[in-house]
Amino acid sequence: MPEPSVVLRIKRQARPGSAPYWEEFEVPFRPSMNVIAALQAARRSATTRDGRTVDPVTWESNCLEEVCGACTMIVNGRVRQACSALVEHLDQPIALEPMSKFPVVRDLVVDRASMFENLKRVRAWIPIDGTYDIGPGPRMGDDEAQEGYVLSRCMSCGCCLEVCPQVNERSDFMGPAVMGQVVLFNSHPTGRLHREERLDAVMGPGGIQDCGKAQNCVRACPKDIPLTESLVKLSRESALFALRELLRK
Amino acid sequence: MARAPQIAVVGGGLAGLMAALKAAEAGADVRLFSSVPCKRSHSVCAQGGINAAVNTKGEGDSPEIHFDDTIYGGDFLAQQDLPRRMCFAAPGIIHLLDRMGVRFSRTPEGLIDFRRFGGTKHHRTAFAGATTGQQLIYALDEQVRRWEAEGRVTRFENWEFLSAAMDGGGRCVGLVAMPLGTLKPEAFRADAVILGTGGVGAIFGRSTNSLNCTGSAAGSVHRQGVVYANPEFIQVHPTAVPGEDKDRLISESVRGEGGRVWVPRGGKPWYFLEERFPKYGNLVPRDVATREIFRVVHEMGLGVDGKPQVYLDVSHLDAAATRRKLGGVLEIYEKFVGDDPTEVPMRVFPSVHYTMGGMWVDNENEMTNVPGLFATGEANYQYHGANRLGANSLVSCIFGGMVSGPAAVRYARGLAAGADAADASVLEGERARQEAENRKAASREGPENLYGLHEELGTTMNKHVTVVRHNEGIREAERKVADLQARLARAPVPDRSDFGNQSLVFARQMENMLVLARAICRGALLRDESRGAHYKPAFPDRDDQKFQKTTLARYSVDGPVVDYEPVECRYVKPRPRKYD
Repeated sequence: MPEPSVVLRIKRQARPGSAPYWEEFEVPFRPSMNVIAALQAARRSATTRDGRTVDPVTWESNCLEEVCGACTMIVNGRVRQACSALVEHLDQPIALEPMSKFPVVRDLVVDRASMFENLKRVRAWIPIDGTYDIGPGPRMGDDEAQEGYVLSRCMSCGCCLEVCPQVNERSDFMGPAVMGQVVLFNSHPTGRLHREERLDAVMGPGGIQDCGKAQNCVRACPKDIPLTESLVKLSRESALFALRELLRK
Repeated sequence: MARAPQIAVVGGGLAGLMAALKAAEAGADVRLFSSVPCKRSHSVCAQGGINAAVNTKGEGDSPEIHFDDTIYGGDFLAQQDLPRRMCFAAPGIIHLLDRMGVRFSRTPEGLIDFRRFGGTKHHRTAFAGATTGQQLIYALDEQVRRWEAEGRVTRFENWEFLSAAMDGGGRCVGLVAMPLGTLKPEAFRADAVILGTGGVGAIFGRSTNSLNCTGSAAGSVHRQGVVYANPEFIQVHPTAVPGEDKDRLISESVRGEGGRVWVPRGGKPWYFLEERFPKYGNLVPRDVATREIFRVVHEMGLGVDGKPQVYLDVSHLDAAATRRKLGGVLEIYEKFVGDDPTEVPMRVFPSVHYTMGGMWVDNENEMTNVPGLFATGEANYQYHGANRLGANSLVSCIFGGMVSGPAAVRYARGLAAGADAADASVLEGERARQEAENRKAASREGPENLYGLHEELGTTMNKHVTVVRHNEGIREAERKVADLQARLARAPVPDRSDFGNQSLVFARQMENMLVLARAICRGALLRDESRGAHYKPAFPDRDDQKFQKTTLARYSVDGPVVDYEPVECRYVKPRPRKYD
């Protein structure tokens, strides 16, 4: 039986660098409610369970369909999108925390700019000549298209970085997501023409050699992206590339 | 002008990204502002696909037919120049996206596959699984990142646009925006500003739109003098899953791939769309399907389990093939409802989905009535007339960026001294005004609840200004919105923090949303006819004599002032619109 109310236990932080603290909120339960709807109800009352009026909790969210990746946070100890976390499937009180591998901006909002910077570092794009109309792209079988499609659903949400033991304060590891993107672009007929640039980037600091093969990433990915497969593929590819470079010298 | 043109683009969805890309390619230095990281823009929600008459199925499809379907689907309210150019550019756009690495689904021959969508009889919709919008935005985001790496595009992600900066001659010379952390408004000089800020779903409370689709940017510049056109044309999509926090779209592609809409009647499934519209069946345009669902549910009382819902059924189709083509959509239903649609019919109902109206722009360059200020994508009023055809949004957004980006650069190059000529006090003045507005909003006191007011707005607009419109109801909504404007002044911002204050940002957005809500109501009230998504039972027919016209709303403190501009049907002459 669903409970008539929902208790949220939220790890809060006023601004970057300030001390975190916990607060509890209680809101009415509604059928098929997700964590975002509960947060919205708590925001509207802005009153804690013990009756104090406080600044409303802040969080990131946008699409609410689990395609934008914005509302990623730790829900009852597990990193996931809050929009697809349905209250009736969660133990209460529902504990909400910001991701721990990114700097906290405020409350549940974190700064994931580093993920986009890393995409820049590994040159995660197809280097087209220009946006002019110069006819169709390379022909491709549907199987190949589907293989790429699976990898290209990465939302840069950060779940895989959150669970990766190699992503921590003492390491520069760029994390599994960006490695998957390198495999994606290196597998495209045009992208392949520039694969060595990307391999070069992932063999540098924070690159593929930092992967500890814990395989947590693939279990945490909300889009079932075969990240470990990508990591293995990339290790092999970069090892061969390194060997070739060595022989060339 | 000796230096490189400086272009500011606001909005990191498909239209904004393409405008940024094209402007950078044309030699401009681009600043790109977005309230969310671009990858998280609302374009990701587009599921089913993108239209282009590539004609790979031997059906004799052509851009000319695509154009005709678009104008006819829009019930002859669209200006025709830009849609015509769009339909002819569409095949080239698909090829470009293909070259950018979009993983479109393929035919056995390795060509891009096309599926059916509403309002056409041709296979014209290219798709990447059922997350096409996501795939397209990623491709454009990647291309923009490449320009960023070369130092030609600078991103300002997590920045809120506040207003345009206009010089004494009424020319746009920059903008004011604030980062969502410190919330300190800053002014940026620009030779031209392009707004690709999307639709206005949040005005209707729950919709299929993402939460940042407030229309605030459009509302803000509307208050500064930008004409807002066809505000009353709001698309209500026939198939969405109602939710507490939002309504989740179930793509038209589900019907394109063979999904059927029905309700139980006399113990048997009644496929009412197929029966009423034998030629188009489940693929009638959205306004038509939505009205029919309303009739069956509200007038005939045949909603499933007596509730406002109908079945959308794919359980009769081959499960594996359906998963391959519609996986992303079915996944949403499974995750948020819990049933497997390949086994149990989905329960859906119409929801506010797309903003056909928007900022008025010219028929060539997408420039608003303010020189130097452009509007592109869903944010302008072009292309779709009174009703948008499915899968025409992605192509109109991308084509829009291809028009507005280069046009803004041309405009900048044509200026003698560019925005440099504007006195620094113009920008500083606008910045100071926005800072004062922030302070004013933050110091509001009174008994009202900011978020409660938003809920009231959504309830009223949904009830009176969506599918079935009555003048007395619209008048009631108008009064209500005016009342909400007064009450907003007594709604304190519940957050007292000077950092990352989302409530303050929302309070500022609400001011602009209410202004647009009034324009929507007034446009709807004055248009005594039925056309596309705008349906009044008291005036059930299209009235070309009186209303073959674009509604032009101008802002005044006492409420919108409306007049009209004729729609010139240069290529396709008006004819009755029928799908049965």
